[in-house]
Amino acid sequence: MSKNKTPEEIVKYFKEEFKTKIKSAEIKKRTTGSKKKEFVNIWIRIDKSIFKPFVKHLCDLTFPHLAVVSGTDLGKTIELNYHFSIYFGQNLKEISLNMGVEIPKSKPEIETVCDLIPGALITEREKQEMLGVKVIGIPDSRRLFLPDDFPDDVYPWRKDEKGLEKYIKNLHQGAKK
Amino acid sequence: MAEKQTTKTTYQIPIGPIHPALKEPVMFEFEIDGERIIDVDVQLGHVHRAIEWTGMRRNPIQIIYLAERICGICSFVHPFAFVRAVENACDIEVPERANYLRVVHGELERIASHMLWAGVAAHEIGFDSVLYLTWEMREKVLDLTEILTGNRVTKAILTIGGIRRDITEDLKPKIAETMKYLKDNYKHLAHVYLDDKTFKLRSQNCGILTYEDALKLCAVGPTTRASGVKKDVRVDQPYAAYSDFDMDYMTPDKLTGEVNGDVYDRIITRLLEVKQSIELIEQAVDQLPAGDLVSEPKIPKLLNYIKKTAGEGIGRDEAPRGEVIHYVKFDGEHEEPYTWKVRASTYNNILPWIPMLKGEQIADIPIVAASTDPCMSCTNRVTVIDQNKRYMLDKEQLHKLSVQKTRRLMK
Repeated sequence: MSKNKTPEEIVKYFKEEFKTKIKSAEIKKRTTGSKKKEFVNIWIRIDKSIFKPFVKHLCDLTFPHLAVVSGTDLGKTIELNYHFSIYFGQNLKEISLNMGVEIPKSKPEIETVCDLIPGALITEREKQEMLGVKVIGIPDSRRLFLPDDFPDDVYPWRKDEKGLEKYIKNLHQGAKK
Repeated sequence: MAEKQTTKTTYQIPIGPIHPALKEPVMFEFEIDGERIIDVDVQLGHVHRAIEWTGMRRNPIQIIYLAERICGICSFVHPFAFVRAVENACDIEVPERANYLRVVHGELERIASHMLWAGVAAHEIGFDSVLYLTWEMREKVLDLTEILTGNRVTKAILTIGGIRRDITEDLKPKIAETMKYLKDNYKHLAHVYLDDKTFKLRSQNCGILTYEDALKLCAVGPTTRASGVKKDVRVDQPYAAYSDFDMDYMTPDKLTGEVNGDVYDRIITRLLEVKQSIELIEQAVDQLPAGDLVSEPKIPKLLNYIKKTAGEGIGRDEAPRGEVIHYVKFDGEHEEPYTWKVRASTYNNILPWIPMLKGEQIADIPIVAASTDPCMSCTNRVTVIDQNKRYMLDKEQLHKLSVQKTRRLMK
């Protein structure tokens, strides 16, 4: 196994490759336990255009563990956060790498990473049904958690008109009657 | 009429990906050739309770108790991951003593969960007397949990920035007593699981997950460690007080010298972890430092601070079934989180089922499926596609098939 890069070197590794397309990078260090051992979280925000090359570049560095993809409706855009962890298998060396990418609501599309990390399938299927993000090239595009008779254009995690609010209200009124 | 029903019924409400470690129905679709499984499809989402959606309309203190109800077994690790996410997002420190107490409760939960699993696994292959043995041990752990927290299952012990109940001097003998009981019985338990011929026949070379598959499919917890992947949040990126203890990854080669990634290896991994947990509890209670339990005891003040803080954070911890991760984002204006994402461990252990089950026999389904510890109800309903004819096997029939296979092997 090649030598681990420090958090600073990891940020540099990506900045050298993608230059200004890396919108921001922040290294958060906190300590744990009585001996105040350090653990590191890296938060990187990137431009949508380098999304797939970024993941590929990360896989070139070391094969990451993709914990989950979380998604937030930010109004005009949808932010997806890919929570990776790298360098596991070594005591105290693991680094959490959180990569955020914003996609416009007018064209909510993102490429699949299943070809690089097959374990991403479950979480990508979830993002499709919960946020209405179209994952291009996903090997299995069926619904995962929502029932088959759930309306097509409703996405539970959206905070706009495609969200759930009107359904909740109807239920409440129905109960009153 | 059917359409009218769907718009009126509860199907409109269950939103939010809740995934309580498969304590509810999950559907597998198998393609079978004779006795062999050719293909597997897993369908999820039968029980959705919109916990994340609900949580985004509650304040962080309320969410702790909501998170406890995600899973009946992991009722400590889910709120733990959540409070850690909030602590990371808002830079809240935790007192040393609280960190040690968190280790004690986390490890107690691991013992209870692994014991429960060991019993279920024995039941799945027809050894019900072993089920009673393990659950008797688990009962002692639950009794201790009740003494320490006041509850047996939903412990309500965590709070943001600390823990709610202390372990006082008079409670320590009780802990020592239970740990002694567990250690005495552990030898017997290990003998039953690891040396019994029939156990070996049913579990060795069965439901194999290779190292490569475990890595690629992002498996977590004992499922991935049994395949030789060294991955354990407690060691990789220690939280609470885990960094103060000398810990190692519990992979099956520690006992047998080799890694096969089969059901037997998953049994070894969990048994080794029970032993590790007992040691950790003893060390944590011994070295318990003095100090406060919470960094900010006034809850309105804490909530006000969180309300004014904009930020995001993740909280990860090692649940009995593997890594749990929660993500929270606060906007700096509202008490309730703008986003709350929960990822339970079995979420990542679903895809590994497919390579495990392929090529196995129908009678092996219960033990292989149970070997990732999704608990019993995963085999509730199984659709078997047999030469293009579908028929349903319910849990009872499947269990019968599995027991019959054990009896055949014992002859």
